[in-house]
Amino acid sequence: MMKRGAFKGKDDEQLTARTFWEPAGYLLPFMLGLAIFTIYPFINVILLSFKEGYNAISGEFSGIGLSNYQYILQDANFLNGLKNTSLYVLYVVPIATVLSLLVASMLNSDIKLKGLFQTCYFLPMVTSITAIGLVWKWLYNYDYGLINYFLSLLGVEAINWLNNPVFNLPALIIYGIWNMIPMTIILLLAGYQNINPQYAVAARVDGAKKGTIFFRITLPLLAPTLGLTMIINVIYGSKVFTELFPLFNGKPGSAYSLYTVVYYLYDMFYVKWKLGPAAASAVILFLIVLIFTILQLIIQRKWKNY
Amino acid sequence: MKALKKAILYLLLTIGAGIMVLPFLWMIISSLKTAAEVNTTPPTFWPENLVFENYVYAFQSAPFGTYFLNSVIVTAACVACILFTTILAAFAFSRLKFPGRDLLFSMLLSFMMIPFEMLIITNYTTIVEWGLANTLIALIIPFTCSIFYTYILRNFFLSIPDSLYYSARVDGASNWKYLWRVMIPLARPSLITVGLLDAITCWNSFLWTMIATDSQSVRTLPFGLYAFMSASGIRYERLMAAATIVVVPMILLFVCCRKSIVTGVSRGGLKG
Repeated sequence: MMKRGAFKGKDDEQLTARTFWEPAGYLLPFMLGLAIFTIYPFINVILLSFKEGYNAISGEFSGIGLSNYQYILQDANFLNGLKNTSLYVLYVVPIATVLSLLVASMLNSDIKLKGLFQTCYFLPMVTSITAIGLVWKWLYNYDYGLINYFLSLLGVEAINWLNNPVFNLPALIIYGIWNMIPMTIILLLAGYQNINPQYAVAARVDGAKKGTIFFRITLPLLAPTLGLTMIINVIYGSKVFTELFPLFNGKPGSAYSLYTVVYYLYDMFYVKWKLGPAAASAVILFLIVLIFTILQLIIQRKWKNY
Repeated sequence: MKALKKAILYLLLTIGAGIMVLPFLWMIISSLKTAAEVNTTPPTFWPENLVFENYVYAFQSAPFGTYFLNSVIVTAACVACILFTTILAAFAFSRLKFPGRDLLFSMLLSFMMIPFEMLIITNYTTIVEWGLANTLIALIIPFTCSIFYTYILRNFFLSIPDSLYYSARVDGASNWKYLWRVMIPLARPSLITVGLLDAITCWNSFLWTMIATDSQSVRTLPFGLYAFMSASGIRYERLMAAATIVVVPMILLFVCCRKSIVTGVSRGGLKG
């Protein structure tokens, strides 16, 4: 087989009519869409977050500064959103990861009906958060909900999941875990595929027990995947928003105490039409994602040799 | 001993699977109950008599037919546009040679982490300025290209041996012909994966639909369902019927194409 680039002539490195127009034609639709709906709004929202006294209709503003950031950092709703989003991520990601690891290791073993089990476990992934959120709203129902019925069988008193602010976040978290498990299992199963089964075979020949093999061989080899999966989930969880609509009728919790970062952004932009603070919260959301993406890249680089 | 272990494994897997599927089963069971039966304690686990009037009600009281059609149009258009732009861009980034190609591509990759939620403010302004607010087009054009899918397809294109290209070129095929006659047929599995992932994302899209539309005639299913809940009050048997209408197409899609979807998701999650 010809080595890649062997045909590369000298003129391919230079900008000539041929090396410009043909690729430009192929790239035009893609770059146009990207420029208008990703790159331009990205830059624009950052600029907007620094504009003070911005008037959405005339496009005028009184100055450049940090007042929008000052505004949101003093806004109880935004701080509430940061707190809830952090708590949500802190609960949902570890619990979903441990449960998924358990299921993935079982699905990875030699079992029958694998396809059926996979279908069951992956189903939540493809369904609308709004539609299935309504089902959870029904499951959480105080009087007739299935969850309170099961709790009553265990002798636990009925919990007012959706109308008692204390239980709003737990309700969101449980639904979030259920939602996050499918994608996590899939990512972990992909990680399992990359582990050479001969390590486990060799260990078994040497007399290692199943538990030892899991904790000493499989888990360390799975560590990079596990790290990446958790970061993908942290980024995903940081954007928690849509779930609030079916559960709480579009309110951020029954007592307006369950703001999330994206809900705050939506609220400032769409409901209150305060574009400056909305843009500032969008930039903060981006910074959160940025930090975890950099972490992801570091992990990927560090474990490249596996 | 070994049989016991196996039994425990299956038991645990079945319990877990039961919990994951329970909301879906409960949704369908509840949608087939009468109003009186839905609100009983203890709940009945199978409807006393199957009633379908909740579905009839959903279709009559809210334009679920229109929502459904809109969802199909928007999803089909998004998938078609995404495939078109992705194929061309992935080809340029993998096969064509031009100065700065790989630099440009790695720059674009870094844009992948921009959360869509961040872009809604400006995108809404753009849509309004173009006079597209409250149209189906507004639900389509912001989603006509994706860096993530281009990345998936480019990786596949790169795995096609160069020798194929050079022999095609020697035989006189242009780049354009080579792309559509050789690469696309080879890339079918990747294209199906990209198409399915995008279809799922489009079908379930909520935030942008809520922002960009405000009349029933251009709503898609997820937001239509939410509006139905707000408008018709909480009648769970009816809500569950409506939710079933929204959820079932994606479940069917998943059951039919599980492998392609799972392959796609395992490359980096679902971009929602």
